[in-house]
Amino acid sequence: MSVIGEPGQRVEQTTPASAPAAAAPAKPHLPWGGSTLLRHLALVALAAVVLLGLTYWLEPFRNYQLATVAAYLCATAGLTVLTGLNGQLSLGHGALMAAGAYTVALTQQMLTDRGATGVGVLVVSLGCGVLVSLLAGAVIGVAAARLRGPYLAGVTLAVALVVPALAITFDGTLGGEQGLSFYVDPPPAALGPYFPYERWQAWLALAGALLVMLLLANLVRSRFGRSLRAVRDDEVAARLAGIHVARTQVLAFVVSAACAGLGGGLLAVLAQSVSPGAFSMTLSLFLLMAIVVGGLGSLAGAVWGALLLVILPELTHLITEQFTLAPATAQRLDGNLPLALFGGTLVVVMIVAPGGIQRVLVRLARRIDPRRRTAPGPEER
Amino acid sequence: MDRFVFLTFDGLVRGVVLAAFALALVLIWRAARIVNFAQGAMAVASVYVAYSVTAATGSYWIGFAAALLAGLALGTLVDVAVMRFVDHSSPLNAVIVALGLVLLLQAVLGMTYGNEYLPVAAPLSRDALSIGGLALLSRYDLFVFAAVLVVVVALALLFTRTPVGLRMRAAAFAPQVSRLLGVNVGGMLTLGWALAAGVGALAGMLVLPTELGLHPNAMDLVFVSAFTAAVVGGLDSPAGAVVGGVAVGLILSYVSGYVGSDTAPIAVLVLLLAVLLIRPNGLFSSAQARHV
Repeated sequence: MSVIGEPGQRVEQTTPASAPAAAAPAKPHLPWGGSTLLRHLALVALAAVVLLGLTYWLEPFRNYQLATVAAYLCATAGLTVLTGLNGQLSLGHGALMAAGAYTVALTQQMLTDRGATGVGVLVVSLGCGVLVSLLAGAVIGVAAARLRGPYLAGVTLAVALVVPALAITFDGTLGGEQGLSFYVDPPPAALGPYFPYERWQAWLALAGALLVMLLLANLVRSRFGRSLRAVRDDEVAARLAGIHVARTQVLAFVVSAACAGLGGGLLAVLAQSVSPGAFSMTLSLFLLMAIVVGGLGSLAGAVWGALLLVILPELTHLITEQFTLAPATAQRLDGNLPLALFGGTLVVVMIVAPGGIQRVLVRLARRIDPRRRTAPGPEER
Repeated sequence: MDRFVFLTFDGLVRGVVLAAFALALVLIWRAARIVNFAQGAMAVASVYVAYSVTAATGSYWIGFAAALLAGLALGTLVDVAVMRFVDHSSPLNAVIVALGLVLLLQAVLGMTYGNEYLPVAAPLSRDALSIGGLALLSRYDLFVFAAVLVVVVALALLFTRTPVGLRMRAAAFAPQVSRLLGVNVGGMLTLGWALAAGVGALAGMLVLPTELGLHPNAMDLVFVSAFTAAVVGGLDSPAGAVVGGVAVGLILSYVSGYVGSDTAPIAVLVLLLAVLLIRPNGLFSSAQARHV
């Protein structure tokens, strides 16, 4: 009997509690009328302008690194939506990136053999890469929706290990250990004859990354984004609230895989080649490290993570250069020191600061600006 | 037919090693509800210790003992220094921390020993003994069988016949009640980690002479195969781990022999998916209440 009485009681309790929150709109007058899409579009446009200026200011090698960050960002942003917001741990995102990269390589080879040129070729092959990894993600996602926790991690780990095996088994088309190399058109002639190639690469990768960030930012704030979090926090409650749990999980995997495919495709375009060694299990673990250290479940955290993936190896390289080491020792350190740093950081961050860099930054911002204290941003879980 | 018989025996030998490794996974799962994704890297680290000790003393057996001790020590260290501090409210956390350990261990090994394959010698001849005209098992294979058998029997006796084993089971089954009754639950957990890592080190010592050689990533595929074996048997069941290990070993041997050794990882993935989708709790686990 008391069960029937409960809803009424609850309404009475919540109305006064929620009234002050509604009566005190913390938001000032917003020029975009409070539309999430417009706000995100404005942010992306701002970021695009800043980054465009940056590509003119940076030297070619830094532009190439910026392009690499952008390519990683596609993958980390997708992974953080899957792992951070939907609670599905994937150790196979390196493999999904490989799917995108190999598709781009094959399409690019096929199209340039037919004599096609221009930016359109690249767009078509990147689109194919996204499509193939999306399909691969759908297949894995259907299996993943039935698996939980460590089981899912084990399956996706096996997926990550399969890449080299597939490349060698189908070495006729995938090129075995050596992989594939392909031709990418130079920057369009309209940009002038002396346009640096690295700046063009940075533009391509940044365009992809900004597109991914815009789409994911809207997705996260949407009804679907809320379903993702509901499923992560309590599957039973989500089901009772009318959310189709399995469908949400599969969709999350598909979205995440498409982003990883674009990231892998962009990496392949930057290197103009693909090989199984570039998409090893370590890459999958690096992506996981990036999103955890950046801040699990936050898109801003994915940006920090992608930056770390490029900056940390560079930093360790600079440090080892300070010491005069035997060439053999230097070589050992060069490959392994970033790895050790990544692993150590991952363990320490998980234990000491599970919210990662983004959580720390949000806390700092709140300490400096007390107005923010009242409204915990949606970035925070 | 000869080939089939050969592959069967080869698969059995692979299988018992996988069984030992899967047993290590099951030990930690039963004690702490954690799948130790760092098991492979920990085992490789122990084998590197054996490599160094053998190189220094010239005796394989001193190295063998050193590997087991290193495994026990590493397991204790991982629990006391790392896993104890992990927030276990989400099962993802322990997995992520274990993966961090994988990166860390592999990097440290790579820095110390280099990322080349180091040759590992078997202590006994790997030439097959001829029985009735059929070359079946080598002395080393017999040693592998014996070593795994000793470990399995010892663990079974430990858990079913000794007070320590009883306390370990109690600590895993009902931590709060055991603590009230005076069982050192944390200590039992650490002991579980140490034992599991020791068994893992043994499996590493047994498997590496039959593989390409010693390398920081040498156990990656072995780990996934052993995980598959543990899942086939059900993560909760030690007997299941042994049966699952032998089954996976046989399947891998047939696939490598008849299709090609490069396809082994694909076979592992297919097998793992098939088992998880058909019987997620494993073939040997008891029925469980379903969560809605």
